[in-house]
Amino acid sequence: MNEFTTTRSNHLVDPVMHIYGWEIAVYLFLGGLVAGMMIVSGYFLYRGREKEDTCSCLYLPTLGIILLSIGMFALFLDLDYKVHVWRMYTTFQIASPMSWGAWILILVYPALILNMIIRLPWYLPTKLKFLFTWSEKLNSNPNYVKAVGIINMVLGIMLGVYTGILLSSFGARPLWNSAILGLLFLVSGLSTASALVHLITKNKEESITLAKADNGFLMAELVILFLFIIGLLSSTQVHINAADIILSGAYAPAFWVFVVGLGIVIPLIIQSLAVRHKIKHTPVAPIMVIAGGLVLRFVIVYAGQLSHWTKKAFLE
Amino acid sequence: MNSLSRRKFLKITGATAGLVVAGSTLGGLVKKSNAYIDKKYENGKGVKKIPTFCDLCFWKCGSIAYVKNGELWKIEGNPEDPLSRGRLCPRGTGGPGAFRDPDRLKSPLIRKTERGQEQWVEVTWDEALSYIADKMNRIKTSFGPESMAYFVHGIGGNFIKHMMKAYGTPNISAPSFAQCRGPRDIGFRLTFGEDVGSPERMDIQNAKCLVLIGSHLGENMHNTQVQEFAEMNGAGGSIIVVDPRFSVAAGKAKYYLPIKPGTDIALLLAWMKVIVDENLFDKDYVDKYGFGFEQFKAEIQQYTPEWAYTETGIEPELIRTSAREMAKHKPATLIHSGRHTTWYGDDTQRSRAIALLNALMGSWGRKGGYYYPASMSVPNYPYPPYPKPEKGKVDNPGNTIYPFATEGHDTITNGVREATITGKPYPIKGWITYGTNLLYAMPNQDETLKAIQNLDLLVVVDVVPTELAGWADVVLPESVYLERFDDINVEFFKEPFVALRQPVMDSPNEQKPNWWIAKKLADKLGLGHYFPWNDIEEYIKYRMTAAGLSYDELKKKGIIKGAKQPIFFNEGINPEFPTPSGKIEFYSLQLAGLGHDPVPKFKKHKEPPPGFFRLIFGRSPVHTFSKTQNNKLLTEMQDENELWLNINIAKRLGVKSGDYVKLKNQDGVVSNKIKVKATERIRQDCVYMTHGFGHTSKKLRQAFLKGASDSQMITQYTVDPLMGGTGMNVNFVTLEL
Amino acid sequence: MARFGMVIDTKKCVGCMDCVVACKTENNVPEGFCRDWIATDSKGTFPNIQMQIRTERCNHCDSPPCVSCCPCGASHVHDLGGVVLVHHDKCSGCKACIAACPYDARFINPDGYADKCTFCIHRVEEGLNPACVSVCPTRCMYFGDLDDPNSEVSRLLNSRKNKALVPEAGTKPQIFYID
Ligand SMILES: Nc1nc2c(c(=O)[nH]1)N[C@H]1C(S)=C(S)[C@@H](COP(=O)(O)OP(=O)(O)OC[C@H]3O[C@@H](n4cnc5c(=O)[nH]c(N)nc54)[C@H](O)[C@@H]3O)O[C@H]1N2
Ligand SMILES: Nc1nc2c(c(=O)[nH]1)N[C@H]1C(S)=C(S)[C@@H](COP(=O)(O)OP(=O)(O)OC[C@H]3O[C@@H](n4cnc5c(=O)[nH]c(N)nc54)[C@H](O)[C@@H]3O)O[C@H]1N2
Ligand code: SF4
Ligand code: SF4
Ligand code: SF4
Ligand code: SF4
Ligand code: SF4
Ligand SMILES: [Mo]
Repeated sequence: MNEFTTTRSNHLVDPVMHIYGWEIAVYLFLGGLVAGMMIVSGYFLYRGREKEDTCSCLYLPTLGIILLSIGMFALFLDLDYKVHVWRMYTTFQIASPMSWGAWILILVYPALILNMIIRLPWYLPTKLKFLFTWSEKLNSNPNYVKAVGIINMVLGIMLGVYTGILLSSFGARPLWNSAILGLLFLVSGLSTASALVHLITKNKEESITLAKADNGFLMAELVILFLFIIGLLSSTQVHINAADIILSGAYAPAFWVFVVGLGIVIPLIIQSLAVRHKIKHTPVAPIMVIAGGLVLRFVIVYAGQLSHWTKKAFLE
Repeated sequence: MNSLSRRKFLKITGATAGLVVAGSTLGGLVKKSNAYIDKKYENGKGVKKIPTFCDLCFWKCGSIAYVKNGELWKIEGNPEDPLSRGRLCPRGTGGPGAFRDPDRLKSPLIRKTERGQEQWVEVTWDEALSYIADKMNRIKTSFGPESMAYFVHGIGGNFIKHMMKAYGTPNISAPSFAQCRGPRDIGFRLTFGEDVGSPERMDIQNAKCLVLIGSHLGENMHNTQVQEFAEMNGAGGSIIVVDPRFSVAAGKAKYYLPIKPGTDIALLLAWMKVIVDENLFDKDYVDKYGFGFEQFKAEIQQYTPEWAYTETGIEPELIRTSAREMAKHKPATLIHSGRHTTWYGDDTQRSRAIALLNALMGSWGRKGGYYYPASMSVPNYPYPPYPKPEKGKVDNPGNTIYPFATEGHDTITNGVREATITGKPYPIKGWITYGTNLLYAMPNQDETLKAIQNLDLLVVVDVVPTELAGWADVVLPESVYLERFDDINVEFFKEPFVALRQPVMDSPNEQKPNWWIAKKLADKLGLGHYFPWNDIEEYIKYRMTAAGLSYDELKKKGIIKGAKQPIFFNEGINPEFPTPSGKIEFYSLQLAGLGHDPVPKFKKHKEPPPGFFRLIFGRSPVHTFSKTQNNKLLTEMQDENELWLNINIAKRLGVKSGDYVKLKNQDGVVSNKIKVKATERIRQDCVYMTHGFGHTSKKLRQAFLKGASDSQMITQYTVDPLMGGTGMNVNFVTLEL
Repeated sequence: MARFGMVIDTKKCVGCMDCVVACKTENNVPEGFCRDWIATDSKGTFPNIQMQIRTERCNHCDSPPCVSCCPCGASHVHDLGGVVLVHHDKCSGCKACIAACPYDARFINPDGYADKCTFCIHRVEEGLNPACVSVCPTRCMYFGDLDDPNSEVSRLLNSRKNKALVPEAGTKPQIFYID
């Protein structure tokens, strides 16, 4: 018998860590979603389809700005020393993923704005004359549009990967400590973004394209999840214990039911049948994908904080 | 030097040192590391350091209180002080929490309604003291001064004690005798002719082998002992622990003996037989100083380890090996006398067996054993002689009931309580208590309450609104130790010294120090001439001057040490044993004459009925009895006690660590809820908790109903026939899930 | 340069928590939080039990992930002795450092910043031992310069078997336990 006791009981640290709550899960989810949106809409620009009436071109950039801002606000809410938020921007800490993230986010905004003004939304106030001038300039050369597309895709990838790296850089939390997490969150972001477009677009063709794309992303996500878990299970005991938290432990129901089942497998089946015209397209599938993406972030954020190197109570 | 320039300075020294090292030698670096950590402390601005001594328990460790910008910051040990050796225990370090306690008594209170209803009116000191004096005078006229009793714990009680003696009562009582060290002191006195005293006259530091029988050092935080314990352990000393529970000390032991509770005498007898049979004892020593060894030897022949195994559950081989281990290190084998020894009612005999085992090791008077305490001669203040009470102590008329609880010892608390209930041999009508919470210190709370109902006057002098205060007629709020002078401590210890307690802070409200209370009350009682000094400093100054010592130096340093004195036989102490035979009494004619066992005998104790566990209890390192559970600094360390329960039993009962249960004792008394600690670290036949929790006084807002009270569960007790101590480990509990 | 560290003799530690109380008074650690704590580890079945009691705190790691992950440069390694500290006024309370510490040595001070053991650098700069070390009644804690082969800590490490806590976590902890 092993008995372990500690006298420490610091708020949010003991008995299990709970420093990050819904704010971070939402932030990571929205970050991933916006990353996916940037890639999707960047891809449309890159392919020179900016003139088509696609949702990807018309709404995604604006929606991206809004969702990202909500995400950043959630992040801000998480800070315990809010008036010092500006401290992140007086320095660049090269070894800190969070510092990278802070600066990537700063770059993402102008990229999204450039993207947005290529197809100037009708609701932009006409007083902002300069936007119109810029828009004209950008549209004057297809290469400019292409460049904006590329910028959006690159920054989207960076953003998506960053949301995963942010967690995976924490070697102290074995569940997070896997390089695959960056890829997982990126692909999940792409999948949720595709699902979103699939869900809201009025453009039939776009809808089907993205449903197809989503099916691909969902399959990729399954493979990546599998690799993620195998990676943990073939590592040290603490990593195995960490994997157990989502495989059979406290977060297993959420993981299996909401992330894998309802979030990936079932919508994948529905959408596969739909693109093969076996059944009609239904908004249920993309909604499930989006919800699954959100739950994935919650599960990883929460379960990761349970996973541990030193808490004997957890180890045994 | 301010801190910035100091930092620079350190950097420079560091760099220079680095160069020196690069050059060739390491000498420079050694100096550098010293520059970081070995330099004498310099006071920061606005920090005042005031030496005093601690009162979180009664060990009286020399302390230094730090006051920063007028606020109490922290308290550290006084490096000059032999008791603290510069380090306090966690309770002493937590002293500021006692000062800051928001629930402290603020002004004198007089009871408004029925006793126990806790309805009070705040009054002035003058009103409170006049009220008390009036009642005391009436008691004196109607019943005689002997009908007032005083209960006290700690040096702070000295002046009220003086006042009570001047008033004319012999009934001065302390739970530290009949609920604590009494049996041990009598047991040792019957053997060596002298007490063990407090602080115990044990040279743990130099012991090569330390035997702890229930003494749970490390949880019991008597500071000097714990320090010396760690030191002898660190030096590779051998430790043997006998305890039904795998204590902290057990974790350090070479041999751990998981004894069945209540069977220690059997183990001690078997140990002694092994040692005598195998000729492992200090023969010269026993020949020279022993009395009745042959009778003793014959008597213990029957106690084989095999026999002891059936009683104690300890393997015969373990008994033999541990006995040999002890013998190997003699005479530096110290069998700890224990302190809280009121366990089963045969405690004086158990203590005597411990004393005898020490005698076999020849440890009394030897290095690593029991020393002869040194002390400074500081004359008492020349008071007028006390009136001689017409009646003797109420607990033990004519010394007939408890033959060894004689005049030299404190009156037995439970004796006073009984007399208060029965009115025999004469009525007790008034109690004054100082620094003791009798509802926690004494077994069977109902009897205490019953006694209180018979009183005309109950005065409680305390610092917080305790359970006992809830029953008082008058509650007097004392200043805490950090706010007052007390009598000087002229210690009996390894080296002689005098120590001063002096105020560090002002009392925040109407609280007053005990000396002031005693003097004012004496005035009202017409006993003013017993307090011829104007204030306590005058009193202390007088005593210091009479001793040829400087009061100013004492104030400045908190402590004055005397010249080293011999404390062991080989240093020149004359081996004298003030027993009837003048020798160490292996066989006690005294006891035989009174019809008691001249050599300790093992007697079986009642065992827990099926489904019940014996309730045993002890100390938390961060708390003192029932007096620190409202101290926030300390409750942050531990704010409730736990019920230690063997893990297999827990599984069988379906409880796990962290679950709350209630206890129900053999008399049907049900406790407050207590958290289970399911553990391998305890036997299956007993449960354990730390003493002092489960407060029921609502006014102790921090402590109220946190954990369970062992005192409440202790409705049964066995009285030691030799000295009246109350064995309290004789209660059985079941768990209510 | 100096490299500060601690050596803790678990043979002597009794788990009395004096070090915890002292840290609280010395450093004004807010109610409900602690910078050091006691761990009790026991193995075996009654009565054959091995037990280790030890005092724990921030390990002032040599590769401190709490420093590298900090986006504000608030967590940093002090010039003196490699002590890991937090600039309160730079900290945004993002808690990255808390997540990054395998020992859970940090917490958020109610004032908003990340807080933890400082090795009592203010005392060390004055030439004193950290508060916990200087009060410990069993004298089981040793503080000093690990780079100095003649310091008490180095000598203890050279002469007795020792182990840092969970070195596998890869942070190079600078507190060592001997028993
Ligand atoms: N922190 C702290 N330290 C204190 C105090 C305090 O209040 N707080 N109080 C001080 C005072 S006044 C005293 S008297 C001492 C008391 O402390 P000690 O004299 O050391 O101990 P006890 O309270 O008698 O005994 C408690 C231990 O005895 C064990 N025990 C119980 N029954 C038996 C038995 O039948 N046989 C054996 N062999 N062991 C048994 C228990 O498991 C426990 O480990 O502590 C002193 N030190
Ligand atoms: N059930 C049970 N009973 C026991 C024990 C046990 O372990 N279990 N232990 C026994 C032992 S070993 C002993 S020594 C006794 C101890 O018994 P007590 O000495 O009665 O100990 P406490 O219960 O702590 O009561 C001390 C009281 O002093 C008050 N006080 C604190 N500081 C001051 C001050 O500065 N001035 C004044 N006037 N009052 C102050 C506290 O508030 C508290 O009410 O208990 C014995 N009784
Ligand atoms: S042993 Fe602890 S509580 Fe008792 S006087 Fe010493 S420091 Fe104070
Ligand atoms: S003060 Fe010393 S003995 Fe007590 S718990 Fe801390 S390190 Fe251990
Ligand atoms: S113990 Fe934790 S907080 Fe301390 S230096 Fe190492 S990683 Fe950082
Ligand atoms: S909480 Fe403060 S110290 Fe910690 S990483 Fe964030 S900014 Fe840095
Ligand atoms: S070194 Fe100072 S800050 Fe760190 S635990 Fe010890 S007392 Fe607290
Ligand atoms: Mo006691």
